[in-house]
Amino acid sequence: MDTDIILKVENIGKQYRLGLVGTGTISHDLNRWWNSVRGKEDPYLKVGEVNNRSKKGSSDYVWALKDINFEVKKGEVLGIIGKNGAGKSTLLKILSRVTSPTTGEIKTKGRIASLLEVGTGFHPEMTGRENIYLNGAILGMTRAEINSKIDEIIDFSGCIRYVDTPVKRYSSGMKVRLAFAVAAHLEPDILVIDEVLAVGDAEFQKKAIGKMQDISNSDGRTVLFVSHDMGAIKNLCTRCVILNNGNVQSIRNTREAIEEYLTINISKSGSFREFVKRPTLVRMLSAEIKNKGISTTNFHSGDDVEIIISIENDEHIPINIFIGLYDEYGEKVAHIGNTYSEFSIKKESTTVAVVLKKIPFVEGRFQINLSLHAYGKPHHREKEAFIFEVSPGDYYGVGKNVIRNNGKFLINASWDEI
Amino acid sequence: MKTTHEHWLYVISSKKKLIDFNFKEIWRYRDLLFLFVKRDIITLYKQTVLGPLWYLIQPLFTSLIFTLIFNNLADIPTGDGVPNFLFNLAGITSWNYFKECLVGTSDTFKKNENIFGKVYFPRVIMPMSVVVSNLLKYGIQLVVFLGFYVYFVNFTDKAFNVFPTFSLALLPILIFLMALLGLGLGMIISSMTTKYRDLTFLVQFGVQLLMYGSAVMYPMSYFMDKLPNYYWLIEWNPIAILVETFRTMVFGVGDLDFYKLAYTMIISAIVFLIGLVIFNKTEKSFIDTI
Repeated sequence: MDTDIILKVENIGKQYRLGLVGTGTISHDLNRWWNSVRGKEDPYLKVGEVNNRSKKGSSDYVWALKDINFEVKKGEVLGIIGKNGAGKSTLLKILSRVTSPTTGEIKTKGRIASLLEVGTGFHPEMTGRENIYLNGAILGMTRAEINSKIDEIIDFSGCIRYVDTPVKRYSSGMKVRLAFAVAAHLEPDILVIDEVLAVGDAEFQKKAIGKMQDISNSDGRTVLFVSHDMGAIKNLCTRCVILNNGNVQSIRNTREAIEEYLTINISKSGSFREFVKRPTLVRMLSAEIKNKGISTTNFHSGDDVEIIISIENDEHIPINIFIGLYDEYGEKVAHIGNTYSEFSIKKESTTVAVVLKKIPFVEGRFQINLSLHAYGKPHHREKEAFIFEVSPGDYYGVGKNVIRNNGKFLINASWDEI
Repeated sequence: MKTTHEHWLYVISSKKKLIDFNFKEIWRYRDLLFLFVKRDIITLYKQTVLGPLWYLIQPLFTSLIFTLIFNNLADIPTGDGVPNFLFNLAGITSWNYFKECLVGTSDTFKKNENIFGKVYFPRVIMPMSVVVSNLLKYGIQLVVFLGFYVYFVNFTDKAFNVFPTFSLALLPILIFLMALLGLGLGMIISSMTTKYRDLTFLVQFGVQLLMYGSAVMYPMSYFMDKLPNYYWLIEWNPIAILVETFRTMVFGVGDLDFYKLAYTMIISAIVFLIGLVIFNKTEKSFIDTI
């Protein structure tokens, strides 16, 4: 049963020292050494706390990762998701052996190749072909392996015409294509990928995602994929590990995991928010989201979403308000701003009510970002100011709800026989 | 846990072996080593007019200046029947290989931070590739030295006392020792600079000072005659011994001191091992400190 487990992560922890590295470390080094000579534990391993960057800690040491445990089966595409600072990159670095863990171990039955970046080691003075060899070798291929694939790689990159030109003459897009082409032809047992897909033009991205799917589906390769991009995660992964503040929050199938990931911060988000007062020129003090006059985050399709924002504008400068709506995959679905209307703010300190009329979403969870602009620059942004839920409702006002899973948006139509 | 019957290819953990020189792995990455060497060689003099000629210009001009300053101006004798210029060229050629290995490997971690931070491969590959690509440069310089050697012996009467000795057969060992010593010191320094940046400055001028203490532009016997009280400073300097041994081999002046050569061998091996241990320790976590 455990024979098909190819990678096992056991109690992995990684501790970092905060502040300036280099000052005061000699004394710590000495203390550490003295303790190890006497056969005692590293005195600095005990201190340190959970990695929560928004809270100020008392210790100089912090656990970027703590007690990480999970297993990966052969042929599985495992997603690793988490907010910024959750420990994704640290875990990646440990998996790719760039840095070593402070505690615990990772056991593997296959060779791991990691793609934390495309085009590592590219030398601008060398030609595309020479760089393919160098980059391939850095990623762990042998010369014979590259020889057998070189035509395929050049073909995939679509740079055949420039392959004997120094890379410094390439456009940045071509460089990325070439680099990704090399990476895509790696054949390790386990491939660890950071968000390298977010490169190149749309056509190339499609090609890249297709190649990734090929790798995992047909070749039965094991892939660990780290991303913020819920769309890509949804397309590629079968199972996901959710990291939160350096711990594994849960491991579940992709659909559930994405849902859970999106609710990590929901606790902070109610229907009324008071923002930390900032020393900016203009600022939002608080905001509230309402449905039919009642403070709530639950809506039905066709409801009006009312957002009330109180603003302080000491210098009385002209300001604009923008509202971004994002779906659960983090993709922006709507952009609303008072610059697209006749409305402008006249008072110094004021309260603005914005009504998003007849919300046209079938269902889902949406995130609202608020931002205050002055002189064309954002002055106060609140990411994830609210997360609101839309359930199917009677959008068309005919007493019928639109069937679930039947499209994403609702559009009023008029019908006539002519 | 029932881990006993499970077979793992390798384990990533925090535990460090003291000496972790995995030959099998390095062998698997041998193509990378040669590609790094190739990269160093084709890119070094790209877009220069003289190109690889620079390999020759540097030692030749340095020898010329040394001859002018140390022999003509300061009257340092280079031995009867050994042309000054040839003497200096021999010293500089052998010193250069050691120096290039040392300087080239001493900033391994800092220079390759970008690559090391993104991809794993045995880190030792990097300094090893420096040593190998310097070997090629050294080979070219050795050929030039040979050219001058033949010229002085056959076409001038200045080199009447110059005879190559059979000990020249030991040249590969000598080169190996220079590489080992340079690599070992370079690895120590590169590991320590990840934490203590001051060393970078020390290397630059330390290497210069070391050259004066390494019998590059004077014979060791002359130093003993003039400054017998300070002779111990260079007598047990392994690099001075290597440089002097090289000259003994090619010129046939003086005796080969096998005790000193054995001593150098031991020192080189120790330095290399210490370098390897520190390098191994550093490569595991330097990316957090650099």
